[in-house]
Amino acid sequence: MQRRKVIGLAGAGVVGAATAGAVAWRSTANGEAAQESADRIAFYGERQAGIITPAQDRLHFVAFDVITKDKAALVDMLQSWTAAAARMTQGKEAGALGAVGGLPEAPPEDTGEALGLPPADLTLTIGFGPSLFDSRFGLRDKKPAALADLPKFPGDTLDPALSGGDLCVQACANDPQVAVHAIRNLARIGMGVVSVRWSQLGFGRTSSTSTTQATPRNLFGFKDGTANLKAEETSLLDDHLWVRAGDGPDWMTGGSYLVTRKIRMLVEPWDRTSLLEQETIFGRNKGEGAPLTGRSEFDEPDFAVRGDDGEPVIATNAHVRLAHPTQNGGARLLRRGYNFVDGSDGLGRLDAGLFFIAYQRDPRRQFVPVQMRLARQDELNEYIRHVSSGLFACPPGLLAADDFWGRSLFT
Amino acid sequence: MRTPRLLALVAAAAATVPLAACGGGNDDAASGAGDKITVDASDTECKVAASESDAGTVTFAIANKGNKVTEFYVYAPGDRVMGEVENIAPGLSRELIVELASGTYETACKPGMIGKGIRNAFQVSGSAPALTEDAKLAQATKDYQRYVKSQTGALIEQTTAFVTAVKAGDVEKAKTLFPIARTYWERIEPVAESFGDLDPKIDAREADLEAGQEWTGFHKIEKDLWVAKDVSKSGPTADQLLADVKTIVDKANTVTLSPVQLANGSKGLLDEVATGKITGEEDTFSHTDLWDFAANVEGSQAAIAALRPALEEKDAALVKTLDERFAAVEAALEKHRDGDGWKLHNTLSQADLKTLSDEINALSEPISKVAALVAGK
Repeated sequence: MQRRKVIGLAGAGVVGAATAGAVAWRSTANGEAAQESADRIAFYGERQAGIITPAQDRLHFVAFDVITKDKAALVDMLQSWTAAAARMTQGKEAGALGAVGGLPEAPPEDTGEALGLPPADLTLTIGFGPSLFDSRFGLRDKKPAALADLPKFPGDTLDPALSGGDLCVQACANDPQVAVHAIRNLARIGMGVVSVRWSQLGFGRTSSTSTTQATPRNLFGFKDGTANLKAEETSLLDDHLWVRAGDGPDWMTGGSYLVTRKIRMLVEPWDRTSLLEQETIFGRNKGEGAPLTGRSEFDEPDFAVRGDDGEPVIATNAHVRLAHPTQNGGARLLRRGYNFVDGSDGLGRLDAGLFFIAYQRDPRRQFVPVQMRLARQDELNEYIRHVSSGLFACPPGLLAADDFWGRSLFT
Repeated sequence: MRTPRLLALVAAAAATVPLAACGGGNDDAASGAGDKITVDASDTECKVAASESDAGTVTFAIANKGNKVTEFYVYAPGDRVMGEVENIAPGLSRELIVELASGTYETACKPGMIGKGIRNAFQVSGSAPALTEDAKLAQATKDYQRYVKSQTGALIEQTTAFVTAVKAGDVEKAKTLFPIARTYWERIEPVAESFGDLDPKIDAREADLEAGQEWTGFHKIEKDLWVAKDVSKSGPTADQLLADVKTIVDKANTVTLSPVQLANGSKGLLDEVATGKITGEEDTFSHTDLWDFAANVEGSQAAIAALRPALEEKDAALVKTLDERFAAVEAALEKHRDGDGWKLHNTLSQADLKTLSDEINALSEPISKVAALVAGK
């Protein structure tokens, strides 16, 4: 187990460097060559980094409300954000003068807590929420149909204060301090223009987005994301992940839709549940992550197989069955969720769970039907609560330094 | 900010202890601009006898012919207070002497002592020596000192009234006076905080104390008033509070803050709002945090206003931004006015507090740029 994980991580580094190299070549053509290294993910490229980038270990996700009514101020901030993001993802300070290079009387242009730390594979990914496309900024006509608000799912106990948002930024890195530093600086730059609506720290990626990564475990102790879309599955990504020309407004072509769900896990009751019941609920065994009809993790589950009692071996309300593409019209997702523990809840219970993140070409055909099935039938619902929800349109990547986040949308 | 019942008391106190005119000082009142400009103030009107004057010392004679206590102000652009007289009770007359350079000003009467007041344009012309940048900064510290002086006068007055009510065992009256006395304290907090030992004696919260440390000041009496609902043993604390306030006022009126300190003070006041007032930590027993909130913002604005001429020269766009964001904070706060005062903190929703917090952050960000600008680099 340990050995396999080490090999997986080493492989991830190689793939990361290869991807980065390709982008660096393109950047060179624009005279913007950047020194790439194994722990540095290119900021500029055809796609936004942080989607198929091999999942880093740590997350700081934040959703903002736009509080200005001045479109120019918002665009100005997005330009400042882009410049800062381009710098920070390359391991530099948020502003040119940095944490200690400015005037003694002025607040520093970088908060400084990442000084001396490596880039740690930091990626910053921006998304625009449905609420941004109201009357404030004249964006109604640019709202993609796929960005329709998610329906109410049975059993949802969403906290509005932890849900939605006009903008989001996903920061992923292999060092939590690097991810937090990035979000903190963007929030600082955005003061007066945007206001943090909610944010979430995550650790222990619960998905693998590359075949080079071992499948991680969620806080229920089960492998999560075995059937995930992987960065190497190019044609599947074109079908299920990237928005195509003609899917909706042009500004989203090459982008992807992001769904977030904060799923509180009731870990104490779970921990009192028998192994047999736990495995029955997931439809996989806990040790290998193999479907109950197979032996190893990547064996295809066989939902037709019945046991000696005549009942399906993988129960009709087992998680793996309900979520499986074959049971959902082939719908696939690229998940890159994270575990979270927000301390304890005052009753001595661990305030913990899964911060689910999924990217897709159209949530109406992917996340929504899958989640509707799960919400109605999944036996796991007894042990989880969906407390936060988010939907964001993540545009394609920026090709050069004169581009900025949201340009195709606002200009 | 003040209840009508209270205003009569305040006015009575003001009549016996006249507030120092906030202008250039009484001794040279005769020099310069000549005749007094009469101001007839009523509850609905503010008749200023002249709308222009020569540069120099200008004297206004304000007669309150209305039924509400009023105030009179002279503002430079950006509501920079050039001079003010507070607490003019019905039937009373007061003078304001103020030095005005050539420029455009506004006068204002504030019947009921709230709001923007009834405004009139006031033009001052004539030659005034061209000010260098440094002269503008030097002037800023003088202007701010004048502001501090006006606030400290009222601070002593209001704290005296509060202490008197406490010692008289009048819990209801003391509760009404508590947030009002604190208003003047909160407006000049950066000055007060420059005297490290006195600030905690006057303003420490229970949570601030170390084990075994003696607790004195406003918040100890606040707890007596709102929790114990008994001030029969609060007399010594009240006496100590007044003595400490008098000491700090003496010191505050001699200290001069540098322009950079002014800039940082204006930011510090907003930080106070963002950390203590938004959360309701400051007035945890009385929930009168919005009084402190408003006073902190006013104090911040006063410091920025003093710096305004220098800032206009260095970064006019920033001044415009500050004007807009101060106005936005005022507008957001105004929604929570309750009569002459403010709603209690614990009656505001989380969404209300979030909006206030956002507006304060939006204002604090550009204000954080002022110090470096003032430092002139």
